[in-house]
Order: sequence, then structure tokens, then C-alpha cells
Amino acid sequence: MDGTSETPAARARRSRDRSGLLFEEGGPGRIGIDLPPLDVPDAADPIEPGLLRERVDGMPELSEPEVVRHFTRLSMLNYAVDRGLYPLGSCTMKYNPKLNEWAARLPGFARVHPYAPEELAQGCLELMHELEGLLATITGMDAVTLQPAAGAHGELTGIMLVRACLGARGDPRKIILVPDSAHGTNPATASFSGYGVEEIPSNAKGCVDLEALRRRVDGTVAALMVTNPNTLGVFEEDLVEIARILHERGAMLYMDGANMNAMIGITRPGDAGVDVMHLNLHKTFSTPHGGGGPGAGAVAVKRHLEPYLPVPRVVKESGAYRLEHDRPHSIGRVRSFHGNFGMFVRAYAYIRALGARGLRETGLTAILNANYVRKGLLGVLTLPYASPSFHEVVFADHDLERETGVRTLDIAKRLMDYGFHPPTVYFPLIVHGAMMIEPTETESREELDAFVAAIKAIVEEARTDPELVKSAPHTTPLRRLDETAAARKPKLRWRP
Amino acid sequence: MRYLPHGPADRKAMLQYIGASGPDDLVATVPEELRLRGPLDLPPPLSEMELQDRMSELSMKNASTGCYRSFLGAGAYDHFVPVAVDHLLSRTEFYSSYTPYQPEISQGTLQTIFEFQSLVCMLTELDVANASLYDGATAVVEALLMASRVVGRDRIVVAGTLHPEYLATVRTYFRNLGLSLTAVPWGDDGRVDPRALGAAVDESTAAVAVQSPNAFGVVERLDRISAEARAKGAAAVAVVAEPYSLGVLRGPGALGCDVAVGEAQAFGNALSFGGPYLGFMAARDRYVRQMPGRIVGETTDLEGRRGFVLTLSTREQHIRRAKATSNICTNQGLCMTAATIHLALIGREGLRGIALANRAKASYTAGKLAAVKGVKRAFAGPVFNEFVLDLPRPAAEVLEALRGKGILGGLDLSRWFPEMRQRILVAVTERTRREDSDAYAAAMAEVL
Repeated sequence: MDGTSETPAARARRSRDRSGLLFEEGGPGRIGIDLPPLDVPDAADPIEPGLLRERVDGMPELSEPEVVRHFTRLSMLNYAVDRGLYPLGSCTMKYNPKLNEWAARLPGFARVHPYAPEELAQGCLELMHELEGLLATITGMDAVTLQPAAGAHGELTGIMLVRACLGARGDPRKIILVPDSAHGTNPATASFSGYGVEEIPSNAKGCVDLEALRRRVDGTVAALMVTNPNTLGVFEEDLVEIARILHERGAMLYMDGANMNAMIGITRPGDAGVDVMHLNLHKTFSTPHGGGGPGAGAVAVKRHLEPYLPVPRVVKESGAYRLEHDRPHSIGRVRSFHGNFGMFVRAYAYIRALGARGLRETGLTAILNANYVRKGLLGVLTLPYASPSFHEVVFADHDLERETGVRTLDIAKRLMDYGFHPPTVYFPLIVHGAMMIEPTETESREELDAFVAAIKAIVEEARTDPELVKSAPHTTPLRRLDETAAARKPKLRWRP
Repeated sequence: MRYLPHGPADRKAMLQYIGASGPDDLVATVPEELRLRGPLDLPPPLSEMELQDRMSELSMKNASTGCYRSFLGAGAYDHFVPVAVDHLLSRTEFYSSYTPYQPEISQGTLQTIFEFQSLVCMLTELDVANASLYDGATAVVEALLMASRVVGRDRIVVAGTLHPEYLATVRTYFRNLGLSLTAVPWGDDGRVDPRALGAAVDESTAAVAVQSPNAFGVVERLDRISAEARAKGAAAVAVVAEPYSLGVLRGPGALGCDVAVGEAQAFGNALSFGGPYLGFMAARDRYVRQMPGRIVGETTDLEGRRGFVLTLSTREQHIRRAKATSNICTNQGLCMTAATIHLALIGREGLRGIALANRAKASYTAGKLAAVKGVKRAFAGPVFNEFVLDLPRPAAEVLEALRGKGILGGLDLSRWFPEMRQRILVAVTERTRREDSDAYAAAMAEVL
């Protein structure tokens, strides 16, 4: 379907479903709020005139109904997990309980100032303290900080802890090892905390190659950053041995806990010898992803790293909670205030809703769902690694591309016409044409069946009418967007 | 188990379909010795009713700003937020979606980011902005690292009047990165001491970072500071912790700064005990390839219609890995959305009106309080909506006595500056009514 063959009604409808930019709508003098009359005299304090301005050029001028329509229309152009399966591998797009949203908006949480006197913020501090304890129990670690703002921020904090601890031992080291299947954040984090980065290859099962690791770990290596379950959705079954190899030579094991949702209640990283790890509260504990954030990247450590945790720490003394700032070995602050508290409220509510049995059931269900989809797509797409899957499964497009010319990206785009958000594509990098599917535990059997049926139908289309797939999507508000042009001639803002 | 969809029959059928006899088969790759034998030692699950009670109970152990006349600020501000902001933010298509990797079905998020970037550019009077960073403190870190890459030097000069938690964060990061940091003291007016600044900045300086209004609420001479930096070939980085100030103050770009970063919590985001907040970053065009974080650009679709995509991703960690400009992956999407909706509602007139009200109310409140016997303004420099008072007694005692009268009188500055035992930082916003300021002044007179 191209634009010219659209009926006038369809064209009008399509244009009403979209919206101009804020700056192109409204008109001079319109405003979306009323302010009470000023009840004090104008400011008496002079500011140098050269520092002052009269107005901000280009600012929108819109009434409340116009703003509401603008953003309502925009929202309708987004796919969301509350509408259907959002199987982005490694991103863990699962249902966000509504009660959590309600709780985070309670005035006693939402309207508390971070510098409120501690005796007037005991509920916030209690929640943080209790959440730290719950996360320590879940991970099998000794202490937790909630301060980091996101998973990558948690990684950075964790590696800073390793560095501080090794430094205190008088054993500074230079290198962080990262498996070739790792998230891009891992090598970026290591280099961002001042380390050199070296890759460790994966073996035929998609796990860390133990021999390569043994050969490489010496007195220059500070830590290995391993994602478990890894980005192929495979549990690193040699985790204990990996930890042993590192510990024997004075190095530490960092675990990227981005995929912890599949281990919860089943096994604990701390029991396997992990020294430090982060948790993505927005993945494992279902705080919403908000169009790309905010996240929260709690970091859990073993005892030997506890002295280095960022300040402030929440402590409980004679029945009251307070924030402790004076910790001489701490790496310091990694951000302002105390962390993304609103996310803590949601994560806390989630854990308390499920309890031990419920959390284990979510982990098992995440694995069950991933394997259900895997079975459904076996023989439909290429399975590059046959290792047993945990919470996600990685397929590839080799055979289909050879046969029909249709690639992973085409399948992804065509899935939109079938009403699904596509999986993560072209990651992990070690799989050519990767398609990484993570259904999560909150998807029903019917939803998974419909997804498998959609992929099967697309593969069939690829054989009979490959152009149909290659030119997809056909039914979305916009067709394929020109990303090359966007990067070549960047237009990054509206100008008045 | 209300969040899990399968009934027992589904579970059984699905296990059977994948050829598993039970849960143990699902986790067969987990070595036997690593499998938990019993349940985790967690409190029992709560029904929705019980959980509502628990969350209410916890929240009621806190005093919200509604319970006190609050004069707390210092980087987190209690501004008016129109109801429509949270109403729109609560649309599930905004909060339950993810990073817009597939632009055809993410135009809502992408266009909102593009609008946010445009608004940040307008406010700061700079050329390009990103899709947001974690918070003000980490935005400062990222700005300094970016400036160091662009200028090609590794000495950083910061004003000692930078928010102390921002400065602490910079120190934490810098410890690992071999960048040097010099903090410049302030003068009697509460502004960065120009002579000390001149002495600190030289040809090896990568960047000069100054917050305005600064940690004492004082508006800095960004124009002079940026000229000082430029004369030595260094980048001038402006830090804005109270973005409403940009409703009446020139944007840092117009005052000669190359980069502006800060905290935009004030635009539509709840105080929420300190997070999640909203770091922002804007810069001159030449910085764009070194800018961290996500950036959205305009483009067209197959049929020539305008659309938006994530762009310039070769700066980012998922492509460049160890050579990325930053390890940042997420942005603060929902907080960014709140700020964009908020700015759309208040618009040009509202931004200016609210900013003027802040300034007027600060001026009125400061005048009232400084008229109390024994109290005086600590610094002579001009302010926006925050100011420092000198008290005749230790601030801790005074604040506690004020609390007894239902007033959170401000921040005890000895928290950060041990020598300032008798100083407090007082903040007002447009929410502060004249009667709140009058009540504060009366209470202050009583407790002293």
C-alpha cells in the first residue's frame, strides 16, 4: 500500500492519528495552566541585566485540552507491554503491577524531600533498609546498595568497588575480562572505570571458555564480568569453577544480573562464588521501563566489598533508621541523593506480593515460556546454539536468508503487521542475524501460541512473497524509517 | 500468583509440549550443588489488600511536604505540577514501553524525546541536547568527560559552589580516570572568586564548571567565567540544578558557555525522596559526536512522512563497546516525558510567570527573615529562589525548634561545610504562599 492509493478518508484518519510537534501547534497567548495572582511585591534583589532574559523563544503556547490531545495521540503511536507480548531479549519486558504505580504515588512517598529530617522519613528509610535485606537474601550476598540509577550505573559502581578493594590490598590490577557474548555496557563500564578490557571467547555451548580463561587470568586481571544466564539465554554451568579460577589468582567475579529474573528462587549467585553483582530492578522486579528509563541498578556484594559501598548507607539503630555518610573506605557517592526511590517502592511491593514461592514460580515460568516458544520455532528458524535455554532463546536467520533473501530485520518489521513488538535483533553479536526472544513469565499460553503462529506465517510469506516481508511494516503509523539519512544529516531539534 | 497467567492445566500441557517432566527439568543446567533446597527466607506473600495496607502504613511514617511548611530545596524542588502531567504519564503506552529500538511502533516516545531535546536547547540557548541522563550529578561527570575528550586536555576546574553531592560524585568517578580536579573557592558575595578562578585556569585546563544559581542560591557571572575559560582554550560548562531559573535568566549558551547540564526534576517530577530525577545535557554543535547517551533525530519514512529515530548510535556502548563515549544505556524516559508534558502545559507564559513568582517570593521571604533580630543574609550576591541565612545559634537547634512549629526551615549547611554551623539554605517556590513566609518569620522570631 503506498500513500497515493489511500482513500481520502484513510489519509485523513492517518493524519488525525498523528500529531505535529508541540511547537507547531497552539497559538500565541495560549496557556495550559492558571497561576494565582502574585501575593508579594516584585523581587527587590537586582540581577545584572546582562544575565536576564525576557522570554524563551520557541516555547509552546497551548491550552490544556490541546496538550492532552497531543500526548494522548503520541501515546497511541507506541507499542506497550500492557497491550501485548514485547519479547525483547535481555530487556525483560514483563507486566508491571498496577498496585506498584499506586504505591509510588502515595503522597507519603512521592512528596517527601530527600533532605527531610530522618525522623520524618522513617517510612522511606525502612522501605530501603528492608528492600536491601530482601535483595541480599534473594542473591545470597551480604550487603546491598540501592544508589545506582540503572543497570550500567550498577556495573560501574561494582567495578569501582573491586578497584577500591584491590587498591586497599596494595594489589592494583589493570585488566577486566569480558566474554565476547557480553552486553556492550560491560566493556564500556570497565573502560569507563579506568581498566583495560580484554575479551574472553565463548565455547561451542555459548558459555565462557574455561581453558581460555585459565590461560588469561594472572596478577594483572582484576575481575571477569560474566552475564548469567548469559546473552544466549544459557546458564553458565561452570560458574563455580569460573569463580575458583579467578579467586585462586586474586581476581574477582562480577556477575551482570540483568537476567536474574530467570534465576530467582532457583539458585543464588552468592552461593556460586560471585563477589559482586548488580540487579536491574526494572527488569527482575517489574518496575516499568518508561520508554527507556528510569531504571535502578542495585549492587549486591560479599562481605569483603561492603566497606567500599557508596555513601550514604541506610542503617538501623535502636529501632530507628538513619543515613550514614561517614564511612572512611567508601568509594564515595555515585549520584545525588539516595537513589531512584520511586523504583524501590515498586520493587519492594513486587517482592512482598510474591514472597519466596511466588518468586520461584516467576523464575520457573519465565524459563517455561522461553522453552515453549523455542519448541514452537524449532525447525522454523535456525537455532545456532543448541544449549538448553533459560529465560530467553536466540535464533538466527541463516537458512531463511539463504533460501529467500529475507533477513532478521525483515521478520522483525513484518511482526509489527501481526500486532507484535519484535524481539531484540542482531544481538548478541556472536550470532549472525540474531533474534533474541524473551517472552517473560507474564505471558499466557495463548499469547505465546499467537506469536509462534505469526513467525511461522511470516516464514511462509518469505517463501511465497518475499517482497511483502522485505517491505514491511505495512500497517503501522509510519513505514520503514530512514535511519541512514538521520545519521548522515542529523536534525536533532526543532528550531523557531 | 496474580501476576502469572498459567493455570495448572496450562502448566502441565506446556511442560509436556517441551518434553519436561517437571520444574527440575527446566533448570537441569544449574549444577545440583547450586540449586536452592528450600524456599528463600522471605516474608510470606501478601494479597493485594494486605499489600495496600503495608504500603500505606510505610508511607504514613513519612511527613510529606503537604504536612509541613517546607523551605527545603538544595537541588530538589517542590514545584506545582498540573494534574494533567501525571494523568498523561500514567498512560500505559508511555510507562510500559521500552527504549524505542523499533521506530515504526515507538513514535510516541521518539517524538517526545525530540520535543524534549528541542525544549532543552531553547532553555539553555545551545544547539544540541540528548535524551536525558540519570541525574544532575552524573550529568556533570559526563559533561566534564565530554569536554575533556573534545578539548583534549585532562585538568578540570570546578567552582567550590557546585552542589556538594555533584562534586562528591565527580570525585568518585575521577578517582579512577586520571583526571585532575581543582575546586575554586567563593568570595564574600557567595560567587566564585574571580581572582582564584583566573589563577586556576590555564592552558592545560580542559573545562571550567560552574553552577548557577549555585549551591548557595547565588546567580553566577557565567558570562565572565566563560570568557575566562575561552581565553585559555578551555570549555565552559554551566550546571543548572534549578531549571526554572532559566525562565528569567539567559541560557548558558547565550552567556558564552559550551555545555549546559543539570537537573530537571523541577519540571513535572515528584520529589520522591530523591529519585528518579532527570539529568539533562546540551552543548554546541561540535560536541555532538562526543555526547553520551541517546539522541533522537528527525527523518522520513518510506512514504516521505516525517518521523523520528534513535541516531548517531556509533557513540554508544552497544556499538562501540569499550570505546564508547559513556557506558550509559538507559535514559530517564518517563521523567523526560513528565518534563516535556509539564513544559507544554506551562508554556512560554507560564514558565516566565512561575519563574518571576519564585524570584519575587524568595525576595519577600529573605527580606522577612532577615528582618528577624539576629538573622541576616550570608551572601550579597543576587539569587533566584534560594538564599543562605546566618543565624545567631547553631542551625541544627533552630531547625529543630522550627519543626516543632510545623516548619521545615531549610537545610543545615554544616551538612556539607563544617564551618557553617550557623547557616541554613532556604528555598521557596511558587507554592510558597505569603502566609507561609510570614509564619516562618514569626516562628523564627519566637525560637531565637
